[in-house]
Amino acid sequence: MLQSIGVANIDELFDEIPDSVPVANFRAIESSLTEMEMVYRLAESAKQDELGSCFLGAGSYDHHIPAAVWDLATRGEFLTAYTPYQAEASQGTLQLLYEFQTMMASLAGLDVANASVYDGGSGLGEAILMAVRSNRRARNRKIVIGGAVNPFYLKTANTLVRNQGIELVDVPHENGVFDPKQCPIDDPNVVVVQQPNFFGLLENVDAISNWVNERNALLIAVVNPLTLAVLKPPGEWGESGADICSGDGQPLGVPMASGGPSFGFLCSKMKHVRQMPGRIVGKTVDANGDVGYTLTLQAREQHIRRAKATSNICTNQGLLVTAATIYMSIMGVSGLRNTASRCHENTKYLVAQLEATGRAQRAFHSPYFHECVLRCAGDVAALTKSMITDHGVLAGYPLGEIDESLDDCLLLCATEKRTRDEIDRFVELFNRILNEG
Amino acid sequence: MPTIPSIFDTSKPGRLAGGQTPKEGDLTGLPDALLRESKPVLPEVSELQAVRHFTKLSQQNFSIDGNFYPLGSCTMKYNPRGAHRAASQPGFLNRHPLTPAFASQGLLSCFWELQETLKTVTGMEAVSLVPMAGAQGELAGGLMIRAYHEDCGDFERDEILVPTAAHGTNPATATMCGYKTREIGVAADGDVDIEDLKRVVGPKTAGIMLTNPSTCAVFERRILEIADTVHDAGGLLYYDGANLNAILGKVCPGDMGFDVLHLNLHKTFATPHGGGGPGAGPVAVNSLLQPYLPIPMVGKLDDEYIWLDESYCPLTIGKLAAFMGNAGILIRALAYALMLGREGMVRVAEYATLNANYLAAELSKAGFQLAYPTRRATHEFLITLNKEAKDLGVRALDFAKRLLDFDMHAPTTYFPLLVPECFLIEPTETETKAVLDEFVSAMCKIREEAQENAEYVKQAPHNQVVRRLDEVRAARELDLNWSGNKE
Repeated sequence: MLQSIGVANIDELFDEIPDSVPVANFRAIESSLTEMEMVYRLAESAKQDELGSCFLGAGSYDHHIPAAVWDLATRGEFLTAYTPYQAEASQGTLQLLYEFQTMMASLAGLDVANASVYDGGSGLGEAILMAVRSNRRARNRKIVIGGAVNPFYLKTANTLVRNQGIELVDVPHENGVFDPKQCPIDDPNVVVVQQPNFFGLLENVDAISNWVNERNALLIAVVNPLTLAVLKPPGEWGESGADICSGDGQPLGVPMASGGPSFGFLCSKMKHVRQMPGRIVGKTVDANGDVGYTLTLQAREQHIRRAKATSNICTNQGLLVTAATIYMSIMGVSGLRNTASRCHENTKYLVAQLEATGRAQRAFHSPYFHECVLRCAGDVAALTKSMITDHGVLAGYPLGEIDESLDDCLLLCATEKRTRDEIDRFVELFNRILNEG
Repeated sequence: MPTIPSIFDTSKPGRLAGGQTPKEGDLTGLPDALLRESKPVLPEVSELQAVRHFTKLSQQNFSIDGNFYPLGSCTMKYNPRGAHRAASQPGFLNRHPLTPAFASQGLLSCFWELQETLKTVTGMEAVSLVPMAGAQGELAGGLMIRAYHEDCGDFERDEILVPTAAHGTNPATATMCGYKTREIGVAADGDVDIEDLKRVVGPKTAGIMLTNPSTCAVFERRILEIADTVHDAGGLLYYDGANLNAILGKVCPGDMGFDVLHLNLHKTFATPHGGGGPGAGPVAVNSLLQPYLPIPMVGKLDDEYIWLDESYCPLTIGKLAAFMGNAGILIRALAYALMLGREGMVRVAEYATLNANYLAAELSKAGFQLAYPTRRATHEFLITLNKEAKDLGVRALDFAKRLLDFDMHAPTTYFPLLVPECFLIEPTETETKAVLDEFVSAMCKIREEAQENAEYVKQAPHNQVVRRLDEVRAARELDLNWSGNKE
């Protein structure tokens, strides 16, 4: 090969790198490991972090994933394929994405879905940018954040939007939920509301949607896609529905895996589609008139539109969308519906049992879905620590970490995976630890 | 291969995967007005039907596991399965993202190790692993550049310079950071036009975004002079790490005058592309920009690993993800780095460069026109099919589509825009000489076909599941989701 190139050795191939640039020094990096040694070492690290029952949600949920989902998603043909720019060589991924868009848009009750953004947090940022571009009539760039929207999403969205002159205005919750009457801004450009909200509570979405609509603002719904099998979809909220819906797809067949990779999704009414960021797949025909699929509306994207693109997003979360599409297909209407309703029933049981100990009480009284805030009689931080250290149990999210007025509150979740025995044991531990504390 | 019916077409109301349907839960007590009435369009199929459907779909994809993928600027190299195995340990997969640090020492130790490795690899002072793709890394970099200037009380700088040949994400990122993009020319030899740079750079310059090797697939020889020019004007240098594979273990971006960069772990560190992601785009910076890195990062306090959040990093640009970005991809990259080790990393750049130079030499001997024939190929190179387009009426697009029929993925086409009818070809270090030779044969064969019957090549592909697709129609008559009624 060197002979064909016309050089004596490999070093010559780097002769255009000027001598004034120092040679890299990699001495600090270890010598190579075999696969066996590497897996052994990382497995030891992983083992160190293994825990038991999870009663923690707050944006990441411990659901069952059918074995077939990841067996299929990690087939080399899905796992090691590139972005489907060469459509004729990527019909598998493209058709799958088209099916995903169909399922996602339908769950949201909206017209279109894109092929994913990074996660729920950055997805909210993209949704806000999209809404601001879409609502040209607006006189300001104020975004109303209605009550208890996921605080991690808000911090992320703020990083993404604040250099474009966009201001996020937090409207504090009233007894856990958003009350438009308390909103200090009467002419918002965009309103964001989450259903179920960060506290697990159900917002009065019809009234909120109408309030937003009367002000010619756009409504962004942040949702947990699994709950949409049971809850009214954003497209059907109030008279005219939400305009844009975003969220994190983790509950749809993606392991918690420390928060990533999962995927963000964006759905909208058709009239906003040209402001949508990210990839979108369309159905078309080939030269013979047969059905085929291809990326479409690419004139919105960075590789064509450059500085005027709707976003700089390029690589997204394709493999997670693959898993979610397979998950939704295997679960189907009944599977998703029953999983969602079972989560609700399990959480309701957990809450009732904890309240029965007399050491915990619901902090808010609106209906909740599969997460609930409990005010606890005792030191919440010590409780969660002891639960992990002594019993390997994740006891919920101590809300004091985000709001001092809630420092005796825990946000708890019991998914369909939690058995009655696990819940009963948890309640017993909860009672005992607070008793001793 | 026949077209596969959509999964909705095989669906039948009421059918379900019984083993996957939990017992229904009790919803009484929830207000009716908040419940769903419409039935969502979801498949109603058996588990086997779903398994078969998606198996068949997978078989309609090209992939690295099945095909040569010489996609320039994308580094489609082999993705070792061991890395996937390592990241799939239950302790990693089942970890809730809000588990406190004291119960996550295993994971945090891995992130710490990866941060340290990437510091060495880039020659930089500090690393944040959070960005979830290259474009998000670029965004983080742009925001850090902005935060730095603003902290210096310098609010006049509102321009980011990019070469005309830059990746589309560069100008798109500049816009998202609230900057204007100003383009600088590329000289005839593929290097940045320094005279043009000197004309454009000034007190409005916030920074410059560069790839090195450049998007013209050559090493930017006057990089130190570019760095001095931009620094002298008060601007900063951003390194787009898309092409890091070319210099891994040879030289470090930190030694070329760059202040901030991102790496594409799904390129250089071989994490799978997954049909369009997930990626990971960690950022590395020198000491000037260290205070602004996105959170969280992993720190070490005595012998304990801790999360570095706002309380440790008050000047941070903030969060870019709800949690810790694409954690699982970071584990895969660490696994790959461990298996390569320091000696393997140098081999990456050497073999990638050897393969690219060999393929360039062979294509040139076969009569194809290199875009920069006087230059050394890096890990990739550009050819122009302008002559073929003029003489035979067969364009780069046609060559690309016909290559699919030879079971090879097409190289990157029509990028960068300044080279007409171009292929950007990156064979990567994991391909054998035999595969490279097959590619040359396929290119020659296609040219022969074009000489005999141009129309045949222009109608390619012929042997794929579909013929050439009508993209104009896809955009004009938007059909973005299935609806049974419209068939």
